[in-house]
Amino acid sequence: MEMNQPIGQTPLDGRPDGLVGRPVDRIDGRLKVTGLAPYAYETQALRNPAYGFIVEARIARGGIRSIDTAAARLAPGVIHVMTHENVPAQGERREQVWPQLQGTEIRFFGQPVAFVVAETFEQARAAAALVAVQYDAQPPKASLKDALGEAYKPKPAQTDPDSQAGDFEGAFGAAPVQLDVTYTTPPQVHAQMEPHATIAAWDGDKVVLQTANQMLNRGQKSLAGLLGLPPENVRLVSRYIGGGFGSKLQVQPEGVLAVLAAKAIGRPVKVAMTRQQEFHCASHRTGTIQRVRLGADRDGRLSALAHESWSDATPGDQFFETSANVTRSLYAAPHRLTRHRIANLNVPVTSAMRAPGEAVGQLAFECAMDELAEQLGIDPIELRVRNEPAEDPEKKVPFTVRQLVPCMREGARLFGWDKRGDAGSRREGRFMLGMGMSAAARLNPLMPSAARVRLGPDGYLTVRMAMTDIGTGTYTILAQIAGEMMGLPVERIRVEIGDTAYPMAAGSGGSFGAGSAGSALYVACDNLRQALLKAGDLRPDDAVFADGAVRAGNRTVTLAELAGRDGMEAAGEIKPGSLKERYSHYSFGAHFAEVAVDADTGEVRLRRMLGVFTGGRILNAKTARSQAIGGMIFGVGAALMEDGVLDPRYGSFVNRDLAEYHVPAHADVPEIEAVFLPERDDKANPLKSKGLGELGICGAGAALANAVYNATCVRVRDYPLTLDKLLPGLEEREGRVQRRS
Amino acid sequence: MKAFTYERPDSVAAAASLAAERPNARLIAGGTNLLDLMKLQIETPTTLIDVNRLPLDQVADTPEGGLRVGALVRNADLAAHPRVRKEYGVLAKALLAGASGQLRNKATTAGNLLQRTRCYYFYDTSKPCNKRAPGSGCAAIGGYNRIMAVLGASESCIATNPSDMNVALRALDATVETADAGGGARTIPIAAFHRLPGDTPEIETALRPGEIITAVSLPKPVPGIHLYRKVRDRASYAFATVSVAAIVAKGDGGRPSAARLAFGGLAHKPWRDETAERILVETGSADAAADRVLAGARGYGSNDFKIPLARRTLRAVMDEAAHA
Amino acid sequence: MAAGAASFGWPGHPSAAPAPDDPAPQMLPLRLTVNGRGHDLRLDSRTTLLDALREHIGLTGTKKGCDHGQCGACTVLVEGRRINSCLTLAAMHEGDAVTTVEGLAKGEALHPIQAAFIAHDGFQCGYCTPGQICSAVGMLAEARAGWPSHVTADIAGTAALSDAEIRERMSGNLCRCSAYPNIVAAIRDAAGSDL
Repeated sequence: MEMNQPIGQTPLDGRPDGLVGRPVDRIDGRLKVTGLAPYAYETQALRNPAYGFIVEARIARGGIRSIDTAAARLAPGVIHVMTHENVPAQGERREQVWPQLQGTEIRFFGQPVAFVVAETFEQARAAAALVAVQYDAQPPKASLKDALGEAYKPKPAQTDPDSQAGDFEGAFGAAPVQLDVTYTTPPQVHAQMEPHATIAAWDGDKVVLQTANQMLNRGQKSLAGLLGLPPENVRLVSRYIGGGFGSKLQVQPEGVLAVLAAKAIGRPVKVAMTRQQEFHCASHRTGTIQRVRLGADRDGRLSALAHESWSDATPGDQFFETSANVTRSLYAAPHRLTRHRIANLNVPVTSAMRAPGEAVGQLAFECAMDELAEQLGIDPIELRVRNEPAEDPEKKVPFTVRQLVPCMREGARLFGWDKRGDAGSRREGRFMLGMGMSAAARLNPLMPSAARVRLGPDGYLTVRMAMTDIGTGTYTILAQIAGEMMGLPVERIRVEIGDTAYPMAAGSGGSFGAGSAGSALYVACDNLRQALLKAGDLRPDDAVFADGAVRAGNRTVTLAELAGRDGMEAAGEIKPGSLKERYSHYSFGAHFAEVAVDADTGEVRLRRMLGVFTGGRILNAKTARSQAIGGMIFGVGAALMEDGVLDPRYGSFVNRDLAEYHVPAHADVPEIEAVFLPERDDKANPLKSKGLGELGICGAGAALANAVYNATCVRVRDYPLTLDKLLPGLEEREGRVQRRS
Repeated sequence: MKAFTYERPDSVAAAASLAAERPNARLIAGGTNLLDLMKLQIETPTTLIDVNRLPLDQVADTPEGGLRVGALVRNADLAAHPRVRKEYGVLAKALLAGASGQLRNKATTAGNLLQRTRCYYFYDTSKPCNKRAPGSGCAAIGGYNRIMAVLGASESCIATNPSDMNVALRALDATVETADAGGGARTIPIAAFHRLPGDTPEIETALRPGEIITAVSLPKPVPGIHLYRKVRDRASYAFATVSVAAIVAKGDGGRPSAARLAFGGLAHKPWRDETAERILVETGSADAAADRVLAGARGYGSNDFKIPLARRTLRAVMDEAAHA
Repeated sequence: MAAGAASFGWPGHPSAAPAPDDPAPQMLPLRLTVNGRGHDLRLDSRTTLLDALREHIGLTGTKKGCDHGQCGACTVLVEGRRINSCLTLAAMHEGDAVTTVEGLAKGEALHPIQAAFIAHDGFQCGYCTPGQICSAVGMLAEARAGWPSHVTADIAGTAALSDAEIRERMSGNLCRCSAYPNIVAAIRDAAGSDL
């Protein structure tokens, strides 16, 4: 199926009591709570693997003068030490999969310079410390702020780095109300709980990776290209994945190194990055500098808006954080400008992290909107309502469905927004209290996907696709979709995913997973339904699939009977079509946060938070809510604590562990709720659903930052809002109050 | 992690002998900091002496009315001890503010005393650090030093002691008891136990080579309101940016009649200034006390905020004491 | 920084070469009791309890998230107490009764905490989950024993196990998927049942 026409009535529409949408418990839940779900490093099928350990560069820029592996090679248990001097040949970089141990040039701190393989983990780790590398070091370039002068326009990725409409400069200059603010966001790390891990095993010229990867087919293609193999010779298996958030969209260095080393020693090799290595050896989200300019009339109608974003990329790369992309579609204004620039620095690879673009873009833009509202004395919701566009303001096409205003209105009602009060007006003992809100918007793409289903003679349906579940609930929603389409309970659906041996699927990323993979499965099931009806000579017009049987006319036949002794198979696929360009595809929502700021110390703690979202048809009320809440808490981290600190002298992350790179802990997370408004998006996909994996983070942090301002009258434009950044503002304000009294 | 020889002696004397005889030996009890450092080869002992089964895990009343806490008493057990909760509240609160439930179940009293700094550069063996590699320099000076010291630092080292427990022990005037291989024993006042970095930041305590901590003694309880205020970047499971341990007795009109104040996060050791305590009692002013404590404070850039923060936290603590 | 940057320890500096007095790795015969079953092992003395479970006994339910006591994914119960198995050596636990996530269910019957995690969707990717569950079991025992926490108003008294108490006591278990509200709901729910 190609999405060229809006979807009409489907078998999923007529069944309010259907499986799809119900808060079904995760079908992989039992395995996960008993510890029996095997993640990549835990795959036991491979006999006698050797253990790998990565040796990272200790400088950020320069060259390897010499590398002495003698001591490491002689260390107990060591099987092999791989360096640039003996690494097997590799092809060019493919997408974000980089060849490893190529030459002597060091481009960033933590770049792998050797790979030690030994009989045990303890031996490999100890021997890695014995690889003696002499460097010719040069001062690294590692400060984005200092490199702005050489920032340039990167090559277009999915979208052009720049956009403009009308005459921004002229309109901004003429606007009676102007805002010109610059926000910064720091590098952030995915900090998924499962480190990157791979077990690689060769069989002749074929290699299998038990790995932690979100997009298996992409990884397969890139890795095959790098190795000079046909894709079918490379198999990626990721049955269970301990979180990704974008960090497992590509095969990371540990995967490439394991494959190369396993080839070299003729034995499977397993490796996981250490948590410290995760910071340098794996990718992270770049820091950004974002300038937002808003020109409005005194009623808050925007005449001009500009959003410019600078980010950094590792040498030789042009990945950029698309911070301003969402701004192109969010608010009306006749005169507009967005611009992305990058500077290449000696920093580790920057790449996509949960809601690349929106997540940090809305940290800036949604605060700027709050600042404008404050300046105008208009309620922040009202300001946004006044700038609600009739169509996508830059693409000039209609939105598929846009319920931003209903989300804000419903959120305001549920949250008690009317009790917000003026900035600095609410106090509770030592705490200053404040509320803030933000709009949320995230692109809703559809990606090609395929699925195969097989109905066995036992009446069980097996679903196969190279899809992944990174915690999103894919296993479960696929079972629900197949179950409802076929009239089977989830217990009779076997979902087999996480293997490139199965039909190609979109994978998990960019909020496209459920919609794309689920739609492919929908089509496959629809095809199977037709085939079954035909086999049973049943009339399709009044056929009902329910309770493991088909009722048509006055006949009822069980699926097992229809499947016959050999069972029955069907395939299906989904592709984006012309609707992609004819409409603007976004999910929307609104965040509301209440914070307490300790008036003495400046510590900010979240009190409560609400997100109201629209995501088309909700596939599983339970897992959807978990996704949304999880995204919101990611936003809490971005707002209050997450801060990858690069020391520009060394080009390395200073706080490279989970004790010093803070992600929210239990105690940081009080009452949080997510609510979904009813919606069907008939232009998105046959499920009429939209992506939810990233919507929760979009704007979430801005709602907190705006709440901090509302609590304190102090506007911090440098994320995260740690107490050291608030204290000067608090002291200044106390001084003003004292002088007045 | 470098290879080591694992030993499990069955007496304190045997442990002390091993510690004295073997070059580069370390005792391991909870292991929560030592193994952390060994994995990064910041600590590279060649002998590891497991003392977990030695009979040093009791909390006992002393004849003077105080408490003697065995070196191996776990932080969790100490915090849950009825007398500690009732009479040494500042200690229980400090312990409970530290680390996580799991870590407190394992970490010991002696191990917490010997906890090493969290300085980012100490933890990164690719960077100069006089504490880890004497003479190599200090990357924290001129670097990112948000968690570093503002008091008592030196040109060699601006690291802080990360412990919460130590701050409370300093306020309580605890005493560290030790034994050595020769059968000797001595007591070290907590004030003298932790050192300032000077030009030998690698020497962090007054312990002599081979000397083993056997217990920590607490004098009889100090009356007053016991508070421990830990300021941190996340609500739990984070090291202090600044902390204040306070024991405040109130006299007429609620003014402090006696006070003990110790600070964490500010220096290479828990920081206590008895003169500041006297000023506090005399003037009733937290600011006056803070003026004294912070008179010699110096920021290094990203930790400048700790100076006003320490003052404000002390103010908040005194305010809390006044309203308690 | 001048060309030819110095190195300050391992790895990659000639001084990282083994010193003459470095001991050879020591192999220790060792009996570990896990989930009621004895395992006779011969382990490198450097082996953590976590790696012994995962790599030598084949119980991979206990997870390695950070290997430094900073995430809690490796939480197991030793003699009923929750600890980070990454920061303790296997050799230190000879004779101890170790319980991992694999040892909580009674046959087909899930432990109430496990069942509550499924019902409340107390996880997403599932990688922190075994640690969260073992931690919750240990934490509830601590609460029943009357241990106070950082958020207990009167540490000399006893505290009801409020949501705030659960959050504080569970803070040593990070969940990047951020299932926190659901985990708290699951624990609150299961805390009332007979454990």
